Amino acid sequence: MFKKKECVAMLLAGGQGSRLYALTKKTAKPAVSFGGKYRIIDFPLSNCINSGLDTVGVLTQYQPLQLNEYIGNGLPWDLDRTFGGVKILPPYQGQKGGDWYKGTANAIWQNMEFINRYRADYVLILSGDHIYKMNYSKMLAAHKQSGADCTIAVIDVPLEEASRFGIMSTREDGSIFKFSEKPKNPDSTKASMGIYIFTREKLESYLRADAENPKSENDFGKNIIPAMLAAGEKLMAYPFAGYWKDVGTISSLWEANMDLLGAHPALSLLDETWRIYSRHEAAPPQYVGSEATVENSSVTAGCEIYGTVRNSVLGTGVVVERGAVVEDSVLMNGVRVGEGSTVRYSILDANVSLGKNVRVGEDRAKTDQIAVIGADCAIPDDGIVPPGAMLEDEKNN
Amino acid sequence: MKIAGLIFSNIHDHSMPELTRMRTMASIPFACRYRLIDFALSNMVNSGITNIGVITHYNYQSLMDHIGGGKDWDLARRSGGIKILPPYIAAYENAAASKLYTSRLEALYGAQNFINRCGAEYIVLSDCDVVLNIDLDDVIEDHIRSGAFLTLVTKRMDVTDLHLANERDIAVVDENDRITEIDRYIPTKGEVDVSTNIMVLRRSDLQNALSEGLARGYSSFHLDIIGKNLSKKLFHAYRFNGWYSQIDSLSKYFSTSMQLLNTEVRHCLFGDPDREIYTKIRNSAPTQYKEGAAVSNSMIADGCVIEGKVENSILFRGVHVSRGTVIRNSILLQDTYVGANVSLNCVITDKNASVRDDRVLSGHETMPFFIGKGITV
Repeated sequence: MFKKKECVAMLLAGGQGSRLYALTKKTAKPAVSFGGKYRIIDFPLSNCINSGLDTVGVLTQYQPLQLNEYIGNGLPWDLDRTFGGVKILPPYQGQKGGDWYKGTANAIWQNMEFINRYRADYVLILSGDHIYKMNYSKMLAAHKQSGADCTIAVIDVPLEEASRFGIMSTREDGSIFKFSEKPKNPDSTKASMGIYIFTREKLESYLRADAENPKSENDFGKNIIPAMLAAGEKLMAYPFAGYWKDVGTISSLWEANMDLLGAHPALSLLDETWRIYSRHEAAPPQYVGSEATVENSSVTAGCEIYGTVRNSVLGTGVVVERGAVVEDSVLMNGVRVGEGSTVRYSILDANVSLGKNVRVGEDRAKTDQIAVIGADCAIPDDGIVPPGAMLEDEKNN
Repeated sequence: MKIAGLIFSNIHDHSMPELTRMRTMASIPFACRYRLIDFALSNMVNSGITNIGVITHYNYQSLMDHIGGGKDWDLARRSGGIKILPPYIAAYENAAASKLYTSRLEALYGAQNFINRCGAEYIVLSDCDVVLNIDLDDVIEDHIRSGAFLTLVTKRMDVTDLHLANERDIAVVDENDRITEIDRYIPTKGEVDVSTNIMVLRRSDLQNALSEGLARGYSSFHLDIIGKNLSKKLFHAYRFNGWYSQIDSLSKYFSTSMQLLNTEVRHCLFGDPDREIYTKIRNSAPTQYKEGAAVSNSMIADGCVIEGKVENSILFRGVHVSRGTVIRNSILLQDTYVGANVSLNCVITDKNASVRDDRVLSGHETMPFFIGKGITV
């Protein structure tokens, strides 16, 4: 028996994140590391539990191994529940055959049964691509109050960037009268955050119609929302003000990490009333040696620092040996920086190992290109990795 | 082979009144993010012992809060797992017969239900005042191989490293690792074999010893169960070679903590990836080192914000060190707040303590200055 849930969250986590290149070679984008001890998907999952939503379906498709392992039974997010909890929803074969998820809308359509077994009144659609803290229960309250068929979270973006987003044009009461996907000449600065709340019956009927239309791309932004607007359904914009960042590119991922630093970080994770949860490694506390310098940096458990670390974000168990310098960089779990090596303006994925006197990247003042080293790469002594390089471990090919 | 564990959470509380006023020995915070019981628990879990009873006496709220359902040690099990064993006091029998235990043996009498029902072949006993990373599988194998009645883990130490006032049991061990004598006599110089109070014995042997003890009115495990049988049964010593510390006073707590700043010691305790030490997960954010922070030779937990200078110190989770402040040779427990332009040297602060701007406080390494839980200076 399944207990009724007022709202079920569906988290689209199948994206490849091809613009993250080496970082998503072996893993789906939502499982990419962020901020030292987190993965991107920790943000929507923590937002769910902090908003009181305890039933979450995670739709996976691309390279799901790490993501499945990471989510597990949902324990780190308190989503290991007898009633509800987190469930991984991969594509499946049915009696009439099966198919990969063809688009965002198709992924939800294929899992309508999951939603219906909880007799949910509302469905929250999320993506695993963004770093932000948001109380979905407030959005749900707004959706219920307005009696809308669909509510879309929007954020104000600068006009010059608006053409990169799905842009909503709204009336004074917040109702949407026009939606344009990546418009050349945007007439509004309200960008869709890819967060939707649907009233379930409406969602089901539009997904059914969409599934029956062979010409559809089965996408929420391209098909479902325009179809609902055309039919005169009530769509409301829900304005969100706060930190929100798409980390779909190397430079935006680097920037979002840097937003954790500074005297007044743009994104603070220290707020105990809105904790971001993550799967934990049993690492010992961090140790900073006698000759070490650590400034303006975020450092996680298990790190051992004997060299210099400035303006950087270090994941679990990073070792920076004596005489090594790490600046303006993001070092993910288990990276080792050998004696005398320098790492500047770079992203080093998990378990990268640098020998002695290796030079990675270039001073940020001298280059605008981030050097990236993929997971498990080992760079021998005196190696040089130029700025803008994109290295991958050959064993991973 | 089924093995159960029994942990004594209170046994040495009186040796460190400052930190046990509000908690058990087991729940004393140690090494940035652990509690002392984490070492006993992790050692057992790492050796596949997943049926563990924790004997408590008083002050055990903080212990219950720390252990919760046992998930963080992978001890939330349908079968076995972790069980807190509060004192057993019968409601209707005469009060004298069901008084609170005062010794290890009496504590075991109270845990007989657990011992009788756990179904294990062997039982490992451990206290919570010891800090070590030990492979208990090896101890159990050694115990079985020796055919002993009881195996006691000992550590060879120079007496000058021992705290004189303690009641550590010194074992006299012969060349065949047989314990020939056990008492509380402490010689003045040389090396001695110190009991870690980690013991292994067959469950049926423990059950028999307990019935014998009850029948004869014994009250001391060491003096009666061990001492009176030394010539009749084989008591075997397992000599532990790794790093070991027993915490029996605030100054020993301080010096043991400071030893962790030595990388070799730290790696000995935490470095084996197959034998990790587990603790309650708090989900703190990574620690923020701000512009102007200067940290050296220090061990720091997650969730801290550091704007000042920190030297030779140990910072627990959620500690805040403000600008212009200098912290030396100190241990700041969870959520300690230190204001601006403060100077601390040889200070231990308990949880949620706070030190206002411009304060200058200093103790000595033999007598650290202690600031109690929640106190503002």
